[in-house]
Order: sequence, then structure tokens, then C-alpha cells
Amino acid sequence: MSWHRKHLLDIESLTAEEILTVLDTARSFKAVGKRAIKKVPALRGKTVVNLFVEPSTRTRTSFELAAIRLSADVINFTTEASSLKKGETLKDTARNLEALNSDFIIIRHSASGAPHFLSRVLDAHVINAGDGAHEHPTQALLDAFTIREKKGRIAGLNVTILGDILYSRVARSDIWALTKLGAKVTLCGPSTLVPKTFEKIGCRVTHDVDEAIGDADIINLLRIQHERQRKTMFPSIGEYTQLFGLNKARLAKIKPDAIIMHPGPINRGVEIDSELADSNRSVILEQVTNGLAVRMAVLFLMNGGKIPPETAA
Amino acid sequence: MPEPTIILDATAIQRALTRIAHEIAERNEAYTEVVLIGIPVGGDHLAARLAKILSGIWNHAVPIGILDVTMHRDDLDSRAAPTMHPTDIPFDVNGKTVVLVDDVLFSGRTTRAAMDALNDYGRPKKIQLAVLIDRGHRDLPIKADFIGKNVPTALDEKISLRLTEADAAQDEVILKKT
Repeated sequence: MSWHRKHLLDIESLTAEEILTVLDTARSFKAVGKRAIKKVPALRGKTVVNLFVEPSTRTRTSFELAAIRLSADVINFTTEASSLKKGETLKDTARNLEALNSDFIIIRHSASGAPHFLSRVLDAHVINAGDGAHEHPTQALLDAFTIREKKGRIAGLNVTILGDILYSRVARSDIWALTKLGAKVTLCGPSTLVPKTFEKIGCRVTHDVDEAIGDADIINLLRIQHERQRKTMFPSIGEYTQLFGLNKARLAKIKPDAIIMHPGPINRGVEIDSELADSNRSVILEQVTNGLAVRMAVLFLMNGGKIPPETAA
Repeated sequence: MPEPTIILDATAIQRALTRIAHEIAERNEAYTEVVLIGIPVGGDHLAARLAKILSGIWNHAVPIGILDVTMHRDDLDSRAAPTMHPTDIPFDVNGKTVVLVDDVLFSGRTTRAAMDALNDYGRPKKIQLAVLIDRGHRDLPIKADFIGKNVPTALDEKISLRLTEADAAQDEVILKKT
């Protein structure tokens, strides 16, 4: 057991042991969600600010509920109703929120590195809830948690990430987490969205979907990040679906025990056939449940002080 | 560094548990309503052993549960986040007499956390506390109902418990200067 970090900014700088500490802790918090009383007092009196400068429903509500179930108080801050619209800088907004004695600032921002920047100017704990196309650490942690729960292990598994890799922060965080834990990661999608440079960080890169999913234990689908693409990266959505979409014909070729994951939001009929998304092969909704447990674990671990754990009873 | 002292050996532990079991039996007339809940690490193994002895006395199985108190601790701000253990209470605690089982009673803070945690599972009729060692130095007004051995200690001493699942003959409780 080891967690001594003040912030959670990325997966890249975490050790495998730290990742496993989060996963182990999350297991206990998942059990809390199954009780009649789903709330524990671990963060009583603490204030958590959700500073979401980019739209999100899943991640924001997940963090909000995680904080509430740990008995913290939560403020939700959205750009539309804020002084960021009036020209206030991110730093000033964040320092004002901190001046309200908040203990945790959970930030989502369209600029890569925004959480790192805040961690240098704030005393509060900073959690990255997604920064540009850089990282989305808690998504990778919940993906790893889900894989370990479903497969009993991560090391040695073949994980294929299929879709828009270039613009995906989920892909980057997943790649770091899963390779650190010993999985073999394959990336697949249109060549414009899946550059060969990813081979440098230990991934297999292919643009042939059948090759990519044939030996996969896990197929993690990503949506096309239209909002981040500056130009059209492939001819048409219809062509994308035909070449890379997961459908029944492709399902017949994958391992019988392979599972399908998706961080959401899903675009039915684009990256995944609607029926498949609802089938028993898909663990998409379990990922949402696990996300809550993982975020509770992250908040709980970061709340710990700096004194080494006492061993006395 | 002074040598560690063995304060209970395997035989003494077994004798203490047998006596505690008899005291629990004597105290609780409504024995069918008694359940044991151990606090990890240590208390869960002791609860399992006590349940075995008690079921011999009462001639019926005594339910056992495990309650991790980590999320209810009062020192989470001042220490690195502690390791969690699974909680498993496979029965309804409402209306039951819950005997909390812990290895060492020291400040009493673990017991307080356990009582708070237990509340989230229901409203027991009674809560009683059984410990193998009471080493004194209470911070809170908490007292054990069943005690294996009172051991006067200094604050810089540490008590460690070794319970071997496979071989009870290797059990011991050790007192050490830190």
C-alpha cells in the first residue's frame, strides 16, 4: 500500500504499484455502493470543487457523487455561468475557488496541461478530470479496474483500443495504465487518427480492424472526437463505420470471452452497432459503476496526510 | 533494543478464547440472537475461533462477519491513507446482539469507528466488545465486556499478534519496545 501524492494529474508519472493501490482501494468502495447506506464519513468537512471548463455529464456527476458518498461538500462550477465568460483567467478563477477553503479542485479543461498548471499555483489537491487530448487518469483507472474485475488479471492480456486515438485523452491514459500493468496494447483506426508514433511507447499499431480484434481479450472502443479535430480526418462517418465499426459480423470473429468497453458517450451506429452496445458482451454500464468506486478511492487516498501509517491498534 | 517478550503463547491464547466464549455464553441468555463481528486485521481471525468454541457450547452455528473500520477512522487527515480490508456481514444486524471482536484494545478509537460503521448496517439490539488484550491508555470512554488478558504497557511499546490459520500451535502475542 503506498500513496503519497498530493495531486492526480496523469497516469504517465504513476508507478504500477500506485495504480494497483487505487484499484485495491476502489474494491472496498464498490462494496459501499451495494449497502443500504451508501455513505461513509471519510471526507466529512472537506470541500470539493468540480471545475469543469469543458462539457461533461458522466465524469462530473461521477465525481460529484463520489464526493457526496464520502460526506464531502461539493460545488459544481460550469463555464456558462462563470466569470471565465467575463474574461477572468483560469488561475484567478481557481484561486478564488480555493479562497473559499476548498480542499480538492477537480478540473476538466480543453487545454492539455491545465491541471498541471493549477497544481503549481494552488495549495488544494488537484485532480485531472480530462485535459485536452492529453490524459483522463480516472477513466484509465476505472478501465483497469473493470478489466481486472472481469478477467481476474491485467498482465498478459491483449487489449485493443479502436477508434480516434490521436485526439483521445482516454487512449493515452489507458495506454500508460495498461502497459504499466503488463497488458499488450494494440491501437487501431484510420491511419490519420492512429499514427505509427504510438509504437514508440510500446503499442502495436495496425489499421486492419480484423487483425486488431482477432486476438483481443478486451476491445475498448472510442468515439470520434469531432470537437477536437481541426480538419476532416477521414472521408465520411459511413465509411468509418464500415471499416472500423464493431458489428455482428466482426463480433463473430473475436474471442468468445472477449469483452467490449467504451468510455462513453457512445455514438450508436457509428463505432458500435446499437444491439452490441446493449449485449452481454458489453460492460459499458459496469464501467460507469466502477468509475464511481475508483473516484471515491482517488479522493480517499489523496486526502491522506503525509505521516506514514501507524501500525499500532 | 530489549528482547521482545511473549505475553501469550498458543496454549494461553486458546485458554483465553475459551474463557471469553464461556463468558459470552453466560452473559447472553438470548444466545440465538448473538453474532460475532471481527475487526481486521486480527479480530476477524479471533471472531472465527470464538464462533467455533461458542457453537460447541450452544450446539448451533454462530454467524460471523468482518467489519473494516477504515472509512470511519477519525485520524484520516493526519496519516497516509490506510489499507482497506473487505467488509463482509452476511446477515441482518437489526435486533441482534453483536459482539465486536478485536485483538488489542488501546486508545478505543478503533472501537468507536467500529460502532459508527456498524450503524450503517442497521440497529443492533446490543453491542458488546471482546478483546484478546487490553493494554490500557484509553483516549475515549470505552471499556471491553470480555478481556483475554490485561497487559499494562508503556506508550512506546508495541503489541503484535501472530495467529496462524493453518497451525494454531504457532500462535503468540508479543510485546516489544519500539
